[in-house]
Amino acid sequence: MSFLKGDWTEEGLDEKLGILLRTGVLISAVVVLGGGILYLIHAGSGLPHYRVFRGEPADLRSVPGILKDACSLRPAGLIQLGLLLLIATPVTRVAFSVLAFALKRDQTYVVVTLIVFALLVYSLVGGGL
Amino acid sequence: MNIFEFTILIWLGSLGAGLLGALTGLGGGVVIVPFLTLGLGVDIRYAIGASLVSVIATSSGAAAAYVKEGFTNIRMGMFLEMATTMGALVGAALAARVSTAAIAVIFGCVLIYSSYLSSRPQKESRKQKEFPDPLATRLKMDSTYPTREGPAPYHVHAIPLGFSLLFGAGTLSGLLGIGSGAVKVLAMDQAMRIPFKVSTTTSNFMIGVTAAASSGVYLNRGYIDPGLAMPVMLGVLLGSLIGARFLFGARTRVLRIVFGIVILALGVEMIYNGVTGRL
Repeated sequence: MSFLKGDWTEEGLDEKLGILLRTGVLISAVVVLGGGILYLIHAGSGLPHYRVFRGEPADLRSVPGILKDACSLRPAGLIQLGLLLLIATPVTRVAFSVLAFALKRDQTYVVVTLIVFALLVYSLVGGGL
Repeated sequence: MNIFEFTILIWLGSLGAGLLGALTGLGGGVVIVPFLTLGLGVDIRYAIGASLVSVIATSSGAAAAYVKEGFTNIRMGMFLEMATTMGALVGAALAARVSTAAIAVIFGCVLIYSSYLSSRPQKESRKQKEFPDPLATRLKMDSTYPTREGPAPYHVHAIPLGFSLLFGAGTLSGLLGIGSGAVKVLAMDQAMRIPFKVSTTTSNFMIGVTAAASSGVYLNRGYIDPGLAMPVMLGVLLGSLIGARFLFGARTRVLRIVFGIVILALGVEMIYNGVTGRL
């Protein structure tokens, strides 16, 4: 993959970060749009229910539940998958930075980026305070 | 109004919010929540969840462009992201424990403050004849930024103070579902005394990660509704992309004043509705 090859200098790295962020947002927008169209075809004539807060059903709250719903092409599951990809974009960017600082042997910043990465993963797997 | 009409309406509103947010530099998040709650009667928890994901979309898109231009201080951004992500987790935890009325009042105060900030003129470049800060030197944060006369060096100051302020910005972001870019910029610009353009771009760089940290908590708690987040995210993203296209050369001064007044009015209305228990 040409993305991982070649230029690991400061400028090359910035370039890769930019591509990563743009691609992540683009892919997630496409998935959300696809799920959204299906959702409107299925549920478009129903009535909105946002005045009262009920919270989402369990399968739309967790990563495994969303993946399962999305695989069976349920519209809500597909949209959540797109949103999950969107949330994963900055997380991937941080993971990428860990790697980049490690290649530069910049130990301080490997630790810094690892802490940020750990906090993000902790939040995504359902850890709260 | 059925779901189809409701979705189109939200999409159009979010498009406008993203456009104005990008043109004024205040971000779309601050108007999305009032639009959904005051305008369409959506519960504030759903509104915050939808706003958060749109914040990730816009900041990641814009960050890509800024990093390329060379203004973003990535080391400083990564370091301060420790503060903003911890703050975001605290904010998301608070959101579950504080009443929706209190959230509405805090949101209103932030809106009024943002309106005050947008009314002040944006100032450029301060004198850079300052001594380096030992901590910044050790953390290799001092850097350069592009100017017409070539790369200009600058020093980063007051890292502990900046760190605490950004923790606060992260908390607000996690509690209210906004990017809180205004607070981040203020902390870096005033406390850490770095060039304005570096502050704004580095703030944007951090916003996506900060919002991602609280989004995880919101998702797991069932605050992120697909039917609502879908038009908000797609609308704000498209609006901000169009806004960023027009940004160069656009006369944004009048727009900033108008937007500032709108935000002020929304802030007052949020507080009023919070106090009277309607939100």
